[in-house]
Amino acid sequence: MATATKTIYRELKNDPLKYYLAVGLTGLIALIAAAAAYYMETNGHHVTGMNNQIVWGMPHVFAVFLIVAASGALNVASIGSVFGKTAYKPLARLSGLLAIALLAGGLAVLVLDLGRPDRLIVAMTKYNFKSIFAWNIYLYTGFFAIVGVYLWMMLEKRMNRYSSAVGVVAFVWRLALTTGTGSIFGFLVARQSYDAAVFAPLFIAMSFSFGLAIFILVLAIASRADDRPLGDFIVGKLAKLLGVFVAAVLYFVIVQHLTNLYATEHHGVERFILLEGGIITGLFWVGQIILGSFVPLVILFHPAFNKTRAYIYAAASLVILGGMTQIYVIIVGGQAYPLVLFPGMEVKSSFFDGVIHSYAPSLPEIVLGIGGIAVACLVVMIGMRVLRFLPTSLADGAADPHHNIAP
Amino acid sequence: MRLGVFSILGLLFLSLAVMTSSAQADGVPTPQIPKALQKTEKGHAELMRRNHMDLMLHKRDKTVHEGIRGKQYSLKACVSCHAVPGPDKQPVSIKSPKHFCRACHDYAAVSVDCFQCHSSKPPSSAGLVNLLEGFLKR
Amino acid sequence: MNIDTENRESTNTARRNFLAGIAGMAGVSIASGVTLFSFAEAKEAGEAVTSKVRWGMLIDTNKCEDGCTKCVSACNKENGIGTTGRAETDPQWIRKVQLRDPKTGNQTSLPMMCQHCAEPPCVDVCPTGASFKRADGIVLVDKHSCIGCRYCMMACPYKARSFVHEALEDQKSHAPRGKGTVESCTLCVHRIDKGGIPACVEACADEAGGAMLFGDLNDPKSEIAKRVAKYASRQIRADLGLNPGVRYQGI
Repeated sequence: MATATKTIYRELKNDPLKYYLAVGLTGLIALIAAAAAYYMETNGHHVTGMNNQIVWGMPHVFAVFLIVAASGALNVASIGSVFGKTAYKPLARLSGLLAIALLAGGLAVLVLDLGRPDRLIVAMTKYNFKSIFAWNIYLYTGFFAIVGVYLWMMLEKRMNRYSSAVGVVAFVWRLALTTGTGSIFGFLVARQSYDAAVFAPLFIAMSFSFGLAIFILVLAIASRADDRPLGDFIVGKLAKLLGVFVAAVLYFVIVQHLTNLYATEHHGVERFILLEGGIITGLFWVGQIILGSFVPLVILFHPAFNKTRAYIYAAASLVILGGMTQIYVIIVGGQAYPLVLFPGMEVKSSFFDGVIHSYAPSLPEIVLGIGGIAVACLVVMIGMRVLRFLPTSLADGAADPHHNIAP
Repeated sequence: MRLGVFSILGLLFLSLAVMTSSAQADGVPTPQIPKALQKTEKGHAELMRRNHMDLMLHKRDKTVHEGIRGKQYSLKACVSCHAVPGPDKQPVSIKSPKHFCRACHDYAAVSVDCFQCHSSKPPSSAGLVNLLEGFLKR
Repeated sequence: MNIDTENRESTNTARRNFLAGIAGMAGVSIASGVTLFSFAEAKEAGEAVTSKVRWGMLIDTNKCEDGCTKCVSACNKENGIGTTGRAETDPQWIRKVQLRDPKTGNQTSLPMMCQHCAEPPCVDVCPTGASFKRADGIVLVDKHSCIGCRYCMMACPYKARSFVHEALEDQKSHAPRGKGTVESCTLCVHRIDKGGIPACVEACADEAGGAMLFGDLNDPKSEIAKRVAKYASRQIRADLGLNPGVRYQGI
């Protein structure tokens, strides 16, 4: 067995002025978002673009994106500990931290959008165990706990030997968590665009893809900010993996739509999403498919582009944007198409039956969503400053287990 | 200098006492609780003072989930009998600091969540208006 | 001495005079445990509802006139549902739906509201159990434990639920409603518990075609049970297997 160079982890030590400026700025964004949430709660949700037709809007797009990405961010650690790929092991700590951070950000948005966030204690004490939402409360808190323990096993030298075992538990748990998140939509029997088991695997593939894209960017930014070497070997590996995940998401999206296209019953909703849905159709084709899937795929599998940092980071950014778009299309597009109460009939009412519902997100709800990202960034920045999450070097010599082996 | 500080403190105290419209007993301000429209059974005040929240909570779940609608411990019965007439001789709502519930809750700085949804006034009816008029004449 | 008994006995006379005048207080206690009601078939006030009863409604669309909204106005008046002019966020517990079959040109009009399913999806998905079904089949929101997540609105096949988008004032005493919680048709549960019928059914019978029939589906002697046994009726989206308590005739 090759004696790999020992990985040394250190807290971020970069220029305090820059660091505190970044933390302060992010904190300010989070504060503005808190103010936006307060504004929404005191005035009621009529100040948002959400209404009785589009009941979930921008806050849910951000929250679901962050929650899905959270479980995916943990994947890098899982690849190291569950699948034994040594190259990924030095990244495991950051992967765990990022997972916790993204989940915290997502949940903050979700909770602050509630009609009665003051009653959070009710959600914590009264459960209806038939509700996927109620399961998710357990899955989310469990995720925090398990990843917390996982990080402890990794950070504490004496506990290192248990880290693989805990890593397996964390991996299984995160699969359950994303299944739960996908099932929020998959179990909605009444809606034309949901009610499909494919939502569970689709969301798992999405989590792999979005989580890894965010991980790549965070790793790049942190390494650059702290002047730590980041070699082509590890970036290239992550990029190739991202390409596979983007392809997996695309595969499940194709399955999702083909299934619907086969059943005449669902032609209406498919025509809406794919052809006649105006902004939703535009977002689907341009945002999700072209910019979020095809362009990253071309970059990540192109023999020259996938060796260039700028292209790889651009691809990761596009995957994130495409991911947000995809969740927007799923959540808002899915609700915009009216419920079919009387198949084959033309319907009209004072309550918007039979018409495509419109949604124009207001500033406060977008700010609240961005606040979730700010919270995630804060957790990562503070975590990396006080604890040893990032290796001092991820240069090719340090990261590639085979680099030093003589020819 | 010191006199100034004292007088400011005194003013503060005075305004506080006026704001909470409390009666002074033994130098301790106590809330001024409006009288109920009807006399009730012995021990009602003592029982409710300590237990109204628990009794109403129990009653609430029974009513909402099981449809048990006796008037005992019902919020509707509370706000009916404890209605406080305003300047227009109509029962005041929770927006008025004179409302029965607010008299104590303001004093104890405990927020009341009930009236975001529930009516803080008695169900409107001729009978109640008569009753209020009778009460005002008393 | 039992505090309950004491309460009732000692306050009887005083309270009877007081409460008798207040609308909405139908029950008058005359002695401990004994209550008189103005409605013969009502359950006792201190008695819990049971699953022996399944409240339901039969709507005859042939008698429901296009453009008539008497049921809607009656509901709004009864439950204190106002309008802010912002139609997209204003709650609607009951609405009139106009149907047109594009293949035949046939037109129908019908009222649509919470269908009070036997297997309500809103109850399944509610994380806190605030959405619940009473033993007698009425689906309600316990606003005390509703956190306003709106998952029930996503799950309801009938678009029956509304979210209260702004602060309310001067709610009806019998119909508490408030900002940040979800609400829907209660089948006028406050009336039913006193032996009454829903306001929409009453208005339809008094002022319109009498298209709405309310009653106990479980009681074979009830008018509604006889009618659904004799005539074909259907449940909306019966394919979902939710067994709604509201049935329609003529569609």
